[in-house]
Amino acid sequence: MAMTKSGSARVTLPAEDQILITREFDAPAELVWKAWTTPELVRRWWHANRGEMTVCDIDLRVGGGWRFAMVAEGGLEVGFHGEYREIVPFERLVSTEVYEGFPDAGAVNTLTLIEVDGRTILRVLVQHELKEHRDMHIASGMEAGLQDALDLMEQVAVSLG
Amino acid sequence: MARASTTTDVFNAVAEPRRRQILDLLAGGERSVTELIRVLGLAQPQVSKHLRVLREVGAVEVREDGRRRLYRLNGPALKPIHDWVKDYEAMWSDRFEALDAVLDELQSPQGHKEEDDGHDEER
Repeated sequence: MAMTKSGSARVTLPAEDQILITREFDAPAELVWKAWTTPELVRRWWHANRGEMTVCDIDLRVGGGWRFAMVAEGGLEVGFHGEYREIVPFERLVSTEVYEGFPDAGAVNTLTLIEVDGRTILRVLVQHELKEHRDMHIASGMEAGLQDALDLMEQVAVSLG
Repeated sequence: MARASTTTDVFNAVAEPRRRQILDLLAGGERSVTELIRVLGLAQPQVSKHLRVLREVGAVEVREDGRRRLYRLNGPALKPIHDWVKDYEAMWSDRFEALDAVLDELQSPQGHKEEDDGHDEER
């Protein structure tokens, strides 16, 4: 069986108002944290190869704001912003998030990093106020032109085989 | 409060790993409960419970064949949500692969003494 370095992301819906994203990284938590919270580094991965990141503002302090925006390949601009609520360096980052396409549907994201033997298990729990908001959040992925992502997903699945 | 309300939601029905496994198996064709129990290695009550949840949200359909109950995927009911979750997962997978590259670079021995030529990884 092929060993992959880290594998693909796993998305589950643990409760009706939540989304949980899990992934393991072959790097210590300190570096994952750095890549997650440093604008120059975030600019290099957050776009998920689906466009160009146009805004990446991070004011990393409790009460500080963040805003990310990108222009998808179809020309659509999508923006997200929020505020940092809790910061435990290398371990935990709680922030609010609003997808600007649905400004009423806010969420609270909790990033958790657990380092084991130099590797890091990353979890992002997205907690919505309402189930409908959660469902809209997932639906918004389609709006951003992610339909062709299925093909990439298959490639990932094949590579895992 | 009973937990039943959450399982009548197709999102949650599909989210549970075992239920996704059942759906994957049924994607390959109709299966009897007995076959599912054998392949999954779960006890009958657990399998029945998962199947009931999947049936309630319309994700699977069942028919009687003599004494057997045969389950099959109800693709049309399931496809939109399946696509949503898969797309979202794919987006995060791509995002994380890009993040891997960033992490690799952060870990690369910049300025460290070169102990090998750095060109033959995993030979």
